[in-house]
Amino acid sequence: MSAFLKNKTVRDNVMQFGFVGAIILLIIVLMLTARSNLEAQGLTSGFGFLDRATGWGVSFSLIEFTTSDTYLKVIWVGIINSLFLGVISLVLATMLGGLVGVMRVSGNKMAELIGTTFVEIFRNIPLLLQVFFWYALLTALPKPRDAISLADVTFLSGRGIYLPGFNVDGGYLFWCFMTLVCALAIVIFMSASKRFPKIDAKKKNIKRFIWLMVATIIVFLMVIGRTPDTTFFDIPYRKGLNYRGGIRISPELLACIIGISIYGAAYIGEIIRAGFNSISVGQGEAGHALGLSRWHTFSRIKLPLAIRAVMPTLINQYVWLFKSTTIGIAIGFVDFFMVISTSINQSGQTLELVAILMGGFLVINYSMAWVLNRVNDAIKLKGTQLRV
Amino acid sequence: MVRTYQQYGFLSNIRANYFATRLDATMTLVFSGLILWVFWNLLNWGALNAVWSAENRDLCVGGGKGACWAVIDARWRLIMFGLYPYEEQWRSAIACIVMVGVGILSCVPWFWNAKRISVLWISGFLIFYVLMRGGFFGLTPVFEQNWGGLSLTIFIFASVSLIGMPLAIMFALLRRSELPWIARTMGLIIDIFRSLPLLAIMFTFAIVLPFVLPGWMIGDKLYRVIFGYALFFACYQAEILRGGIQALPAGQEEAAKALGMSYWHRIGYIVLPQAFRNALPPTINQFVITFKETSLVVVIGFFEILASGNAAFGTSEWSFAHVEVYFFVGLIYFIFVFALSRYGAHLERRLAVADR
Repeated sequence: MSAFLKNKTVRDNVMQFGFVGAIILLIIVLMLTARSNLEAQGLTSGFGFLDRATGWGVSFSLIEFTTSDTYLKVIWVGIINSLFLGVISLVLATMLGGLVGVMRVSGNKMAELIGTTFVEIFRNIPLLLQVFFWYALLTALPKPRDAISLADVTFLSGRGIYLPGFNVDGGYLFWCFMTLVCALAIVIFMSASKRFPKIDAKKKNIKRFIWLMVATIIVFLMVIGRTPDTTFFDIPYRKGLNYRGGIRISPELLACIIGISIYGAAYIGEIIRAGFNSISVGQGEAGHALGLSRWHTFSRIKLPLAIRAVMPTLINQYVWLFKSTTIGIAIGFVDFFMVISTSINQSGQTLELVAILMGGFLVINYSMAWVLNRVNDAIKLKGTQLRV
Repeated sequence: MVRTYQQYGFLSNIRANYFATRLDATMTLVFSGLILWVFWNLLNWGALNAVWSAENRDLCVGGGKGACWAVIDARWRLIMFGLYPYEEQWRSAIACIVMVGVGILSCVPWFWNAKRISVLWISGFLIFYVLMRGGFFGLTPVFEQNWGGLSLTIFIFASVSLIGMPLAIMFALLRRSELPWIARTMGLIIDIFRSLPLLAIMFTFAIVLPFVLPGWMIGDKLYRVIFGYALFFACYQAEILRGGIQALPAGQEEAAKALGMSYWHRIGYIVLPQAFRNALPPTINQFVITFKETSLVVVIGFFEILASGNAAFGTSEWSFAHVEVYFFVGLIYFIFVFALSRYGAHLERRLAVADR
């Protein structure tokens, strides 16, 4: 037996088998314990509860939701809300972070000072504290009765921010948004892709055609989705103790958006600064030597190189920031995590719901990383282009 | 920035840095106006018009213009120590100081080897635990559910680091194993943990673990959350260490093999010391993030410094003073995290010089 174990191949296989076996065994033991524990408490396991009506409502939903809808639908509402918050925050964080990053490499000492202060303050305080802070500030705004009015179309109050909106059904607005996103993706793909090298002159016409199509589709959708017998623009107005019409942005959502965007911007600003610093000085100097203006050197030479340099880091940052949208639960924003946690309280199906939570995040994060990595592959410098 | 001629001196420096072009000059003026405006308002609010003493609470209520630091004066013990018994709070304070001392000492290069740093951290942690928990040396026992404030934050951070670091080393080595099935399984586990939000992991360990564990293993909720957090930390840290190991030239390990060193000698004397040195800046960054994210335990229902801050203005007496409390708690976090991140930046510069 001991001679048998001295054979390296045998030993290696025994070790591998032992390791994987131990982990599988651990999982099986946990599942068996779970089953006996659940049986002892008289709970049934399985995913049958997903078809049951919840009996409770949610305070924020992009799709229509009533208390008689099923658990499956409430989870779907949570996922959509999380994605909504994530997309808005990531876009805002990127814009603000880009601004801060550029300020810190602008060469103007005053701009650098502001950029540095911003980054150091907001990166060194926990996100949760920042979100609590914004939430406290927003809910401390005056009551709707004394709301602060901006040009009589937007009202700030402790119960939310009231903005003018369109009198168009939500579903149609969603499709308008999706059309815009698709068009943007196609245009970016066309600009970045190497598959249309020959038709450069025509590209502009194709792009114009795409934008024209998009405008037509959006106008069409807005017209058919319009609520009949109302004005097209919907301006909030006060009625009694509250506002009617327009769009209400709840303090929970707004605090999450502000908090995550600013916190994310501080990190993204650092990443973008590092990207600009990684470009060799010669690139900028060569641009000047060729007689390019400061703006052109920045926008045509430094920016494209910097974006390519930071893309992999930025992807990780996006995934990480998206995960942080779960803090919405701390102030009561109905995101994926909060929906799951409320469902656990209400239905008692702990294991199944946690499995859904984990599965959901794995799918979302992996697909996000996959898409962004494809973008990175498409735009990164390849082969002979690699002369940074 | 193009400069046709180079001059040295105070005025030309100012000109180059602040007024190089017309755009620069405008930016400088606008930004300095902005800075002055913010600074002036903060000064007015936070110092000139502020109410400092708890006896003057009434001054804050009538729509005072300044900050009401009176709330800190009145409630700082609640913020710092949570529900820890009033007469015993000196223990909590000393425990915090001990742990901060351990943190500062571990920045001294003399401690940077496996034995010294583990002795330092384990002894520091034991002192912390004995002081907080009591029950020995005539100290009254105080149970974990009464811990709170800064000491709970530090306790969570320290125990996560203490459990997480050895786990991270183990994970990194398993992840790099030459045996494909071990490496793949470990890689899968690490990837799954890394793609989940920390909050979901804490929640799972707090709520779900009692269902799947036999009764004698369940333990206190606090320790389950700490264990889950430590696993999460270990998975991130393992990837950082793996990066550090991969940055080593292959010749290092091959030379050790050629000298006939055993696996543990190779890892302990050749690979890990260099890997840690390579991975030092991201490791510090990981500690920074770990410290900040201890605040998430609020959601699970623990009374660490952010939650005790919430409680400080939770009474009707102080309910208007949330901004001041958040400033105070934010400042405490900022001091810890900023010091740590500056130290990380300093190390990065030092290592860059050493590599040149």
